[in-house]
Amino acid sequence: MSPDKLVYMANQIGRFFAHEGEARAVADIADHLVKFWEPRMRAAIQAHLAAGGAGLDPWVRQAVASLKPVVPRE
Amino acid sequence: MSLIQEIDRGTPPAKADRTVTLTIDSFAVTVPEGTSVMRAAMDAGVEVPKLCSTDSLQAFGSCRLCLVEIAGRAGTPASCTTPVADGMVVSTQTELLKKLRRGVMELYISDHPLDCLTCAANGDCELQDMAGAVGLREVRYGYAGANHLDDARDETNPYFTYDPAKCIVCSRCVRACEEVQGTFALTIDGRGFASRVAAGMDQPFLESECVSCGACVQACPTATLMEKSVIDIGQAEHSAVTTCGYCGVGCSFKAEMRGTEVVRMVPFKDGKANRGHSCVKGRFAWGYATHPDRILKPMIRDRITDPWREVNWDEAIGRVASEFRRIQQQYGRGAIGGVTSSRCTNEETFLVQKLVRAGFGNNNVDTCARVCHSPTGYGLKTTFGTSAGTQDFDSVEDADVIMVIGANPTDGHPVFASRMKRRLRAGARLIVVDPRRIDLVRTPHVEAAYHVQLQPGTNVAVLTALAHVIVTEGLINETYVRERCEAADFDAWAAFVAEERNSPEAVARISGVPADVLRGAARLYATGGNAAIYYGLGVTEHSQGTTAVMAIANLAMATGNIGRPGVGVNPLRGQNNVQGSCDMGSFPHELPGYRHVSDDATRAVFEQLWGVALDSEPGLRIPNMLDEAIAGTFKGVYIQGEDIVQSDPDTQHVVDGFKAMECVVVQDLFLNETANFAHVFLPGSSFLEKDGTFTNAERRINRVRRLVPPAAGLADWEVTVALADAMGVPMHYEHPSQIMDEIARTTPTFAGVSFDKLDRLGSLQWPCNDTAPTGTPVMHRDGFVRGRGRFVITEYVPTDERTGPRFPLLLTSGRILSQYNVGAQTRRTANSVWHDEDVLEIHPHDAEQRGVRDGDWVRLASRVGATTLRARVTDRVAPGVVYTTFHHPLTQTNVVTTQYSDWATNCPEYKVTAVQVAPSNGPSDWQMEYRDMAESQSHVAHPVDAAE
Repeated sequence: MSPDKLVYMANQIGRFFAHEGEARAVADIADHLVKFWEPRMRAAIQAHLAAGGAGLDPWVRQAVASLKPVVPRE
Repeated sequence: MSLIQEIDRGTPPAKADRTVTLTIDSFAVTVPEGTSVMRAAMDAGVEVPKLCSTDSLQAFGSCRLCLVEIAGRAGTPASCTTPVADGMVVSTQTELLKKLRRGVMELYISDHPLDCLTCAANGDCELQDMAGAVGLREVRYGYAGANHLDDARDETNPYFTYDPAKCIVCSRCVRACEEVQGTFALTIDGRGFASRVAAGMDQPFLESECVSCGACVQACPTATLMEKSVIDIGQAEHSAVTTCGYCGVGCSFKAEMRGTEVVRMVPFKDGKANRGHSCVKGRFAWGYATHPDRILKPMIRDRITDPWREVNWDEAIGRVASEFRRIQQQYGRGAIGGVTSSRCTNEETFLVQKLVRAGFGNNNVDTCARVCHSPTGYGLKTTFGTSAGTQDFDSVEDADVIMVIGANPTDGHPVFASRMKRRLRAGARLIVVDPRRIDLVRTPHVEAAYHVQLQPGTNVAVLTALAHVIVTEGLINETYVRERCEAADFDAWAAFVAEERNSPEAVARISGVPADVLRGAARLYATGGNAAIYYGLGVTEHSQGTTAVMAIANLAMATGNIGRPGVGVNPLRGQNNVQGSCDMGSFPHELPGYRHVSDDATRAVFEQLWGVALDSEPGLRIPNMLDEAIAGTFKGVYIQGEDIVQSDPDTQHVVDGFKAMECVVVQDLFLNETANFAHVFLPGSSFLEKDGTFTNAERRINRVRRLVPPAAGLADWEVTVALADAMGVPMHYEHPSQIMDEIARTTPTFAGVSFDKLDRLGSLQWPCNDTAPTGTPVMHRDGFVRGRGRFVITEYVPTDERTGPRFPLLLTSGRILSQYNVGAQTRRTANSVWHDEDVLEIHPHDAEQRGVRDGDWVRLASRVGATTLRARVTDRVAPGVVYTTFHHPLTQTNVVTTQYSDWATNCPEYKVTAVQVAPSNGPSDWQMEYRDMAESQSHVAHPVDAAE
């Protein structure tokens, strides 16, 4: 999936949780990504972050950074 | 099997708690106060002759056939309009009564054709029955006088005829149209002997406002209003109760059969969802099941540009299995997935998700709820703890205030709309929140107290403004909130909504809704008594769909409108089994019963039973599958009963996704638009051809019963079983009841469900388990499923789909009464007489600016695509807003919708697309090319062709 789309979707999630304050929002964004994003989507946005993370909102960036590395699948 | 005969008790039941005892023909009988003498007589086992009364309608007292004598009272009162009284002594058969009844019948028959042997109602005619019951032996008046025997028949309606020559002017049809359907399309025209039933302004039925629900036909005691199918075929000889395959109301019907031919579908009086009512789709539009377009043999092809080649089931199934295994070996386990259907049964969707999870070894399973009510699942689970509506349909009878948000029940859920309108006519108040003036805003004897005509895309702002009024004006039900909800979350929410930026005055600038309308609607909802919310896809299909669902839940909790009859939060589900397909684990993150795939204990239940390890990671949603296909990591999909190409947004993107796949398998009744891009086609089976269950919008599990053999040889569930076997995960089921048994064993909310119990009780609403062995009509009675209700802050985030100089209008879409979703079924019935093409509704002001007249072809363009269709100039839409449907593939409405989607669920934002409208000469080149391509796709190389 294109990084632009993933960044857009992640930032949408971030905006919903923004009212919670930084700590809780970052945790809830990360939790949402773990619960609802298929591993290759998570891997792709982690790769995008590793490449600079252009476009990611600050708390979303923290949330993505907090994700466990996705285990490669066969 | 025999014909199911329902007992007509003459008048509706009385609801009083107090009872009275009387004597009828020497039999003592005790009935609720307010019961009619006629109904009490039936309870006592005495059937009083009648013609104008039937228990679905209020007593009318016109036919004078049900006369009785009552000791101590003068005259011979009509038993249908006479209420019982304590100690009353009634005689239903005396010399006087016999004489009077024969006299009445003589008058009826003197103006009625004596063609019983050739009459379509022969064997099912109440007039004939009553003539026999009263012992009519002669008609002294002859037939030479004035009569109506030569009155012209009206055959304009495609499904039933009106033959005034046979009309006895009992008014049952008129009253059914008023009381049951609520359309008021019929009347008695003329006076005295000239009295005749008339549709509309004495128009042909087809030209009148009649909605062809069939209530009048069902109520008619003669052959005056008669199904054309009965006229063609004759009377049925056996029947079974089954469930409609159309919308989420889930109406119960008696399928009346002669051999393997359906004679007619008659709404079942004991059906708890529809209570004996129907709409034009369920009642009449079942002819698609035998339409010649049905594909009855499996087909395969190597490339989507090749003609189809018919093969046997083994070869088709073998091709799918070998291709899917090849793809997994080449691209990885996650390179394939499946899509379940909300038009298929619970048992079938359960099997597809089982095949994906246990056979494919991943969680790449999704369903069409992705594009409709997935935000409901997330939103209600977060706030209440479970992903379902809170009430049964009966609950509407106890509502004092009804708020309809983003739904058009008279078109989308017509049978429930009739029940809602009945309650509104009886005094409940109505709030409609919708950008379009739907019929409910003003319809006969119903008028909304408030029409919150908001700008598309501003639901969350409007709902939060309603909450602002409730909080700031002290309208919170504090006791309820304190006892039932999370205190800290409530405090934070209350502080948020009370902010000035959420006030009606501030939101008026965003939504276009005057502040006083918002304030009035909020006050009515909070203070008008039992307040119930019914909502539809106008809530969910937005970039903030999930947020809006939670905003609705907030309103209901804040006002204490959850947990008893008459209130609640009620999503009106689009398709017949949307609720069920979600319940059955069709989402890529949830196992059956809405349990997350990461939950070890839940996975263990299935792993133990299925004997395989299950993936603990969420799978791909439908839009993710398409994106990954384009990215090259998703290569094969098994789609049971869904037309993604026509129904999902941004058609070009969808098509690109399918073109990038190597094995697309479509299982359907017809070669739908998605099949244009498929490599294997597996024939589907209609709802008449299989056993199973559907779960409707009120969580009611209803039986689907097989009436005819599968036309292609296999029911849908058998196809999935064969596919699983071929993929090395054998499924050992001999009947769908065994699948339900497995569902019950593994899913706590279904623990008490079985086919045996359904056959005994008729239907069950989940949760159905040891705690609620006969089901749960109203949820969250003593507390929320999650414990305490959770208020959620609903910050308004405007959609990124914006109007501008190039695209100044907002397009919203929906559906119409006579057609159903992508139209695959209804377009293959006579329903197309009402709607044979999608049209664009445009406000006169916008039309004038563009030089568009009613009926003109117009080009509808957005940032992603364009199509053409005809314009309908109407002030039903507000200036700046246009509206259309998506029932016809030539229109391809979704060519113009975008990929914007709900933040939580990826539910597409169908309801907000910035567009421009301009005059056009006709269908675009793209549409013509698409039509040519689709036509070429229907070419099948039969074995003889292939040999040549």
